[in-house]
Amino acid sequence: MANSSEINYLQQPAKRTFWSIPKAYQNSARGYFLISPPFLYSLIMLAAPLALVVLLSLWTQNYLELDRTITLKNYAEAVTEPLYSLLMSRSLVISGLVTLTTVVLAYPIAYYVAMFGGKRKSMWLLLITIPFWTSYLIRIFLWKVILGYNGVINGSLLGLGLIEEPLTFILYNANAVVLTLAHAWAPFAILPIYVSLSRIDKSLLEAARDLGDNAFQRFFRVTLPLSMPGVVAACLIVFIPTVGDYVTPKLLGGTDGLMIANMIQIQFGKANNAPLGSALAVVAMFIVAAISISFVLLTRRFLKTKA
Amino acid sequence: MEKSSRSLLTYALVYLTFLYAPVFLLPIFAFNDSAIISLPLSGFTFDWFLMLWSTKSLHEAFYNSMMIALISASLSTTLGIFAARATSRFEFPGKRGIVGFLMLPLVLPEIIVGVALLVVMVQLDLSLSAWTVVIGHVLICTPFAIAILSSAFNSFDISLEEASLDLGVNKIGTFFRVILPMVAPGIISSFLIAFTISLDEFIIAFFLTGTDVTLPVYIWGQLRFPARLPSIMALGFLMVLLSLLLLLVAEYFRRRSTQFSAHNSASNESIF
Repeated sequence: MANSSEINYLQQPAKRTFWSIPKAYQNSARGYFLISPPFLYSLIMLAAPLALVVLLSLWTQNYLELDRTITLKNYAEAVTEPLYSLLMSRSLVISGLVTLTTVVLAYPIAYYVAMFGGKRKSMWLLLITIPFWTSYLIRIFLWKVILGYNGVINGSLLGLGLIEEPLTFILYNANAVVLTLAHAWAPFAILPIYVSLSRIDKSLLEAARDLGDNAFQRFFRVTLPLSMPGVVAACLIVFIPTVGDYVTPKLLGGTDGLMIANMIQIQFGKANNAPLGSALAVVAMFIVAAISISFVLLTRRFLKTKA
Repeated sequence: MEKSSRSLLTYALVYLTFLYAPVFLLPIFAFNDSAIISLPLSGFTFDWFLMLWSTKSLHEAFYNSMMIALISASLSTTLGIFAARATSRFEFPGKRGIVGFLMLPLVLPEIIVGVALLVVMVQLDLSLSAWTVVIGHVLICTPFAIAILSSAFNSFDISLEEASLDLGVNKIGTFFRVILPMVAPGIISSFLIAFTISLDEFIIAFFLTGTDVTLPVYIWGQLRFPARLPSIMALGFLMVLLSLLLLLVAEYFRRRSTQFSAHNSASNESIF
């Protein structure tokens, strides 16, 4: 991609005169000019603030005053304090479970729409996305209504006489958080998997059938490997933001469902220790980035295949 | 084959029930004549909607959210047009890296964006307002705008643009008279998606809102008071209707924008 401007330049020697800029370079200049407003915006409003967060995490808060000497004290606290490690590892476990649940539940429906959707493909995709235009907060609250002590599930099960007393293991714990987030992130998993499935060349499947593979073998040796780019994208799109979620754990998680983002929020709010909050945010970001990068590296051999 | 497609269809229908479960409950509790959100239902009422009508703080939050969404959607769509035009027609070194950087907010936990902007505001001693929320929302809406607009810019035939230049229209004229009308459906669709994302965004708004409370921040505050919940259900129901309307309009324009590209179907798929 990056070299094609040079190729152009080599192919058009006739247009070069000593006083004019070669056309290819003029093109890249126009490209830079056009991309600069969004690029500068992101640089000033995202990259610079993130750099400031890193700087702030190296300072310390002494009650009301900010001590601007550079120290790694916050990081030492973020790493050694058992509560923070507990919240961090719980966030990773819950996000991992959410990712697994969401992707495993999403794959068959993406497969159905891509392979058997026929003319109704866009209708199915629209049907899948409609529930997600309900307010996010209200949707999460409604899960509380569904899962609660006097909720819809317990009410129906009691009414049918299937249980004697309301189930309590379905709300205010990690299960509730996993279920609700698997719901909240469903379209973000379905769409990328759907796109990579619908890009698969059907003649490859026919070839596999002609060569004697049964349906089971065709799926595991052709379809699944070819749809891996979508699965990997789905995993990252679900995993990364859920580590930082704090609404769902707060509303549905109870005390043993709280996650690292809740602690970051407390440090910036009630605890009034922004430097420690920044350090926790930086640590969380690095761990998430490290996991995501190793995940991509591990699945790299699937991503290179071209449909 | 026939059998596996049928069992998949059954699965798809069960999955849709799971997706729609909370949405179905919304109108039920919005019209239920009971101050407690639980089964069994007691009766039909419009009281919760009337309550919304008379709550002044809600109206302010609604107004703030609308203004923030309108401005964020306009700005992020404008930035998206620049990026989409640059990436669809020009090659330049570092293009992939720059686009990746612009798409970063898509995979950045929202709390990080919120915290980062909060830190800047506090360190520079600036006060929080609706504008700080707009800054954050533009960041998270721009990747979506770029994705939608790139497919619109990629899908029209470059020879139309060349024809216009050959016929003597200058570059600016060509942009406004040829390119813009062709990508207009993409622009509308990008605007509506960005508008809806901003309208529903909570985490960034919660960190940056100051005294100009947005609708989701208002709802968050109300969730603590059981007495307020039924009217929140009514509010949620109205918001679903509004979102659905916007979504259908966006979908209509998105389809029109891809109609231009019948001959070039590879490029009109989303970034995924």
